[in-house]
Amino acid sequence: MSPVKVFGSAPFTNVARVLLCLEEVGAEYEIVDVDFHAREHKGPDHLARNPFGQVPAFQDGDLMLVESRAICRYILRKHRSTDQANLLREGNPEESAVVDAWLYVEALQYDPAVHAVFVQHSVVPALGGEPDERVIAESVAQLKETLAVYEARLGTRSYLAGDEVSLADLSHFPYTRYFMEMPYAAAVFGAYPRVTAWWERLLCRPSVRKVASMMGRDSG
Amino acid sequence: MAPMKVYGWAVSPWMARVLLCLEETGAEYEFVSMSRSGGDHRRPEHLARNPFGEIPVLEDGDLTLYQSRAIARYVLRKYKPELLGLGEDGSLEKSAMVDVWLDVEAHQHEAAVKPIVLHCIVNKYVGQDRDQGLVDESIQKLEKLFEVYEARLSGSRYLAGDRISLADLSHFSFMRYFMATEYAGVIDAYPHVKAWWEALLARPSVKKVMAGMPPDFGLGRGNRP
Repeated sequence: MSPVKVFGSAPFTNVARVLLCLEEVGAEYEIVDVDFHAREHKGPDHLARNPFGQVPAFQDGDLMLVESRAICRYILRKHRSTDQANLLREGNPEESAVVDAWLYVEALQYDPAVHAVFVQHSVVPALGGEPDERVIAESVAQLKETLAVYEARLGTRSYLAGDEVSLADLSHFPYTRYFMEMPYAAAVFGAYPRVTAWWERLLCRPSVRKVASMMGRDSG
Repeated sequence: MAPMKVYGWAVSPWMARVLLCLEETGAEYEFVSMSRSGGDHRRPEHLARNPFGEIPVLEDGDLTLYQSRAIARYVLRKYKPELLGLGEDGSLEKSAMVDVWLDVEAHQHEAAVKPIVLHCIVNKYVGQDRDQGLVDESIQKLEKLFEVYEARLSGSRYLAGDRISLADLSHFSFMRYFMATEYAGVIDAYPHVKAWWEALLARPSVKKVMAGMPPDFGLGRGNRP
């Protein structure tokens, strides 16, 4: 069985998310870089894989997938081996629904706020612009509000969807890793000891350590 | 067994997404109507159901669930898994394609359409100016997206394959409002997308849910949700 292919490199958060799942299940995979500086992601070869001109794309035999969380679901469903290694909590309709809910909270509420800060703090200056402090302030305020709910939730369970780790928790890792390098992290996470402890539990996972090192030291 | 309860207001595109799935399955449910202008979603009894203070919320026995697409997945998994590419006729590949296009809808389609709907329909009723620059930008994003959809739907009857799925159904509620704006004609440049939209409109479940979704969200006649 040939290894699956991930198109795109590890420092991209959506690529890192997929790599995390591959590491969690111990699948063999190959990373094929897509050169953003050369605009390779908008070139015909990559558009044939991902018509939205984004990374990642993911290939397993004849199957080509896009959208990182959809790819994650595929990997975790394909490789589900035991009830313990069940990061989607499939087989239990109520538990898997709660994983879904918190994966959507991550995707639609948490990630966009962190992304907005990242763009202003890291991307805009790299392109020679001035960070929009109002956007940063609004996004940081939104993050604090969101994490207040996480803090309460983690008071009664170890992970967001229950007492076992799930894709909902892991999906937070890539952007949070970059956020923790920014000056706003202390003010945001400092107010939430349970969220901080949850983050530290995630950092202990071998898959997380491996992908963190693949993402590199610089947020680019 | 008590029927499922779904809390919210029918004009909400997120609520409509859930109602559509419930109607598609024919499952029994109770609609608990809440008042947005009355701030029902911010009251302690609702925050106990959804700490983010949003709707829709589903209650099914001991389960209380939020996030419209999580609720949709739960309802379909239980009552009509084929709409997720699961079940007897399902496969890993089929369910993966549903997941892909559902995520495209969530991250790309809704992101493009929501500002258009907000600025072209809602804002005038709530005393906010229309940001034409943002609308123009969003229309451009939507057109680029429709180019991809057109290519896809030229080779496949529905987004995830030849069977309708949650990926298609999930588009309905925001498209319903987008098609009520002056930009509805945008779709004419994409004949397969237009045909796909018209196929959705023809579904009895869609007609039923749409009946609760006036094109102005009920704001024009003083029927604030």
